[in-house]
Amino acid sequence: MSGPASVRFEDVTKRFGEVVAVDSISFEVEPGNLVTLLGPSGCGKTTTLRMIAGLELASAGRIVIGGRDVTALPVTARDVAMVFQSYALFPHMTVAENVAYGLTVSRVPKAEVRARAERALELVGLAGYGARLPSELSGGQQQRVAVARAVVLEPDVLLFDEPLSNLDAKLRRRVREEIRELQQKLGITTVYVTHDQEEALAVSDRIIVMNQAVIAQEGTPRQLYEEPASRFVADFIGDANLVEARIRAVENGHAQVEAGGLGLQLPARGSAAGPALLAIRPRSIRLHPEPREHAVRVRVDKATYLGGHMEYEVEAPLGPLFVVDLAVDRPLPAGSDAWMTLAPRGVTLVPA
Amino acid sequence: MLNRPLAAWLAAGWAAALLLPWYMLDDGLFSFVWLTEGYAGDRDYAPALFQVLWHERYWLAPLGLFLALPLLAVGRPDNGRGTGMLLVAAGAGGLFWLLLQGFGIDHRGVSLALLEPLVPEGGRQYGMGWGASLVALAFLFFITQGLAAHGLARGDVFVAGSIGLVVALVAAFIFFPVLTILSSALRDNQGALAPFLFLDKLFDGRIWGTACLTGGGRCGSAWNSLILAVLTGLSTTLLGLAFALVVTRTGFRAKRMLRTLTVLPIITPPFVIGLAIILLFGRSGAVTQFVADLLGLDAGRWVYGLPGILFAQTLAFTPIAFLVLIGVVEGVSPSMEEAAQTLRADAWTTFTTVSLPLMRPGLANAFLLGFIESLADFGNPLVLGGSYDVLATDIFFAIVGAQYDQGRAAVLAIVLLSFTLMAFWAQQRWLGRRSYATVSGKGDSGLPLQLPPALRRLCYVVVIPWAALTAVIYLMILFGGFVEFWGRDHTLTLRHYIHAFSVVEGEHGLVWSGAAWNSFWTTLQIAAISAVPTAALGLLTAWLLVRQSFGFKRAFEFGTMLSFAIPGTIIGVSYILAFNVPPLELTGTGIILVISFVFRNMPVGVRAGIATMSQLDRSLDEASLTLRANSFTTVRKVILPLLRPAILAALVYSFVRAMTAISAVVFLVSANYEMATTYILGRVENGDYGLAIAYCSVLILVMLAAIGLMQWVVGHRRLGRRAPSVASAAEQTS
Repeated sequence: MSGPASVRFEDVTKRFGEVVAVDSISFEVEPGNLVTLLGPSGCGKTTTLRMIAGLELASAGRIVIGGRDVTALPVTARDVAMVFQSYALFPHMTVAENVAYGLTVSRVPKAEVRARAERALELVGLAGYGARLPSELSGGQQQRVAVARAVVLEPDVLLFDEPLSNLDAKLRRRVREEIRELQQKLGITTVYVTHDQEEALAVSDRIIVMNQAVIAQEGTPRQLYEEPASRFVADFIGDANLVEARIRAVENGHAQVEAGGLGLQLPARGSAAGPALLAIRPRSIRLHPEPREHAVRVRVDKATYLGGHMEYEVEAPLGPLFVVDLAVDRPLPAGSDAWMTLAPRGVTLVPA
Repeated sequence: MLNRPLAAWLAAGWAAALLLPWYMLDDGLFSFVWLTEGYAGDRDYAPALFQVLWHERYWLAPLGLFLALPLLAVGRPDNGRGTGMLLVAAGAGGLFWLLLQGFGIDHRGVSLALLEPLVPEGGRQYGMGWGASLVALAFLFFITQGLAAHGLARGDVFVAGSIGLVVALVAAFIFFPVLTILSSALRDNQGALAPFLFLDKLFDGRIWGTACLTGGGRCGSAWNSLILAVLTGLSTTLLGLAFALVVTRTGFRAKRMLRTLTVLPIITPPFVIGLAIILLFGRSGAVTQFVADLLGLDAGRWVYGLPGILFAQTLAFTPIAFLVLIGVVEGVSPSMEEAAQTLRADAWTTFTTVSLPLMRPGLANAFLLGFIESLADFGNPLVLGGSYDVLATDIFFAIVGAQYDQGRAAVLAIVLLSFTLMAFWAQQRWLGRRSYATVSGKGDSGLPLQLPPALRRLCYVVVIPWAALTAVIYLMILFGGFVEFWGRDHTLTLRHYIHAFSVVEGEHGLVWSGAAWNSFWTTLQIAAISAVPTAALGLLTAWLLVRQSFGFKRAFEFGTMLSFAIPGTIIGVSYILAFNVPPLELTGTGIILVISFVFRNMPVGVRAGIATMSQLDRSLDEASLTLRANSFTTVRKVILPLLRPAILAALVYSFVRAMTAISAVVFLVSANYEMATTYILGRVENGDYGLAIAYCSVLILVMLAAIGLMQWVVGHRRLGRRAPSVASAAEQTS
């Protein structure tokens, strides 16, 4: 291994006939980081991943991996490995043969192939499964074979294309933790594609949110959640109530905001006085059965009991709001009035 | 640096030019007398270099220049654009020169003024041999390597080379012969340009005459062919629909037996059905005699002509329509019909307003298939035609008959070709995309609607007698070989089998003394030899179509499937016209038979490959590629092992189809290479029906055995849990 490599996109565009799948995007993945490409289906994230792999060639722009320009290099000549959504395990080969495949076709000596394949299987906790056929393994085990088959080559970059989408919900949480642990243990540069924002928040060093063929925002999970750069990102990462607000004044980077009778002081994030958009996380809204200071009166339209928390839909002066409340012991009945305040965190101005 | 495949092809090109005999050898491709009989010193055996140096064939010299060009790329970056340009220039230039001198100088001398300075008095040359062919291939791969460097097939050398190979082969063995027909239609039989003669022949009354409408006289063969094709298309579609409905939408008990019908057209040698019809309904046929005795009528020859051909074609092609329409009827989602019924439609209304309209594209498709098959059919009209001339047989008689008129054959071929191409084009264009297949990948738990009672009874009334008739016909074929002379003398005998297939104990072991053994072994041999390239080329093409993307893919697909639409008679005529003279001098060899089978049957392999490959997850290939395997390794280690059943199916079906082929073969056989079907044709023409039928029965058994063996092997292999319904997919391709 030549040590972890960086991945750099410079104004990369991919067109399929008339359709622009990826529109002049640029980003850089630091060596050893796990970066997630996140976005709704059709946003261009998988195409971007396939361009890193070389399964698609860019129509314009430059792709650089570990300082080497690979834009025109075909897939075989790039030092990347990929874990596919369907795992793509070769059904006619045993688990060991699958894992050894990349080494065998690279003409690595046989003894070394066997040793490295065994070590890779050990690494994913499947030592002793080598003689089985992929069809004799469970979905989670197949997924781990796919990971072992990719890491055994010690690639510059490891790619994951929605690796958890074929697993059930409980397994998904466990496997994503395993992937993250393995990635950190090996210190391998990794690009991970998913449409599940929770998964992205859980595993990533950084997240690149894509929408309609362009990058909507790039940052750490916390930056994306707390400081969404646009209406789309605020809505896509975690739920958010997006409401119209008004900035009365901006002073020292702090904005005096007024929304539906509530006065707030928030980081201005570059906004100027005038109409503005406010993103309010459902958990940042507090509902009280009795009136209190700085609270506005709302009407509970709908109340749903979900075991661990309550979900409400309320009609407020700011408009209809979606609220998550942990106080399940004293639920507010639908049709009643309540008073609402905002928590200090989880409310942010969204740049227009 | 030169990459490995390029270096290999460069070396092969040079070796071919320096070491291998340049011209076609009279002693056959696999004879090595040239090594001992003079080699470089002999005018006929010398490699290109010595042809130039010692035998005054100076026109070959420029090829060396083009072979040398790629050497300039040594030391340049591997996939740079400059290298690409250089390779394309070398390859294209080399191929161009090869073709120019090949067509410009032939066995009669030089015909192209441009080349005259290079050709000494009396200089001439023969067809391409090992050396020339390999050099041509090397030039071809220079081009594809160069284009790959420019981004063809995403820079993949193996893919680019495969595309180039398929395109070149299809061009050489489908388009070039067909174009030769076109050009020879424009000439008189001495080779001079004669456009008026062409028009004269094109509007000949024998082709377009309408005398039969006004009473008295015959109609032209073009009209006859069209009328027959339309009627056959209609009858096979309706019968096929009835069969499909009975099998899928009723509680009929013998469904499995009906389904076996679909295998019949694959294993039926030509003439068989026609012969059986003659034996039953001919002048001295069993049924005719019976009815004549009963009613006291004079036994007539009514079966010869339109009724007989239509009858035989309907028998022969109904199973094809049946096969297509089973898929169509099953493709109508039961949920649609259930939805209609919950909306208060009764069974009859549901059928006419929902089910039938949804099947419409499938019905049109079945009709066009029957139409094309009927136009191309050669065997049945030959046996049953009487005075009813159709284009396919007219072409045959124009070439082999007393008239020997190449130009007329070419003109007839053009008319026939334009009919079939129009139908093929309509089928691809209009129906290719407009299928209402309503079954998605998702489970559909609905129950298919049972037919309304009246319709069900109608279907039974049609299907049961027809199935019985088909059974009788095939039993007849088995039985007919065991009687003295059908219709006159029904004493049981083994005479025909003994005559054809006797083996006697001679001085030096067994002697295959039967009259049919010679053609039988030749047929088995040629069919087996051609099965391998057919399957290989078909699957390679399928892989390119399913897995690769390149700019002209639709045109590529159309071109490769085209040979299916070109009637065999036309392939036969065009091959003798195109490959009788240098540069490709193949007539009279076994190779021309093999080549004609390969290109006639390649679409079978393509379809089998497409059906199986679309079931294989595409990310398997991509996974292999990301694991450092190049596309050649990927094909070898991942695709081929998973395609094993499809390979087997393609091999067996191309073998079987080669055994039953007649229409192209009849033009291409020679004394050394007589095929079973042409031997049978000879017996039929002599009225020796017993022997012909005995031979057909043997062929049917051989083919049944081959197919049975294949299904047994496919059925007995296991691949983890993934043993998809490949066998059935392959069956549907024929």
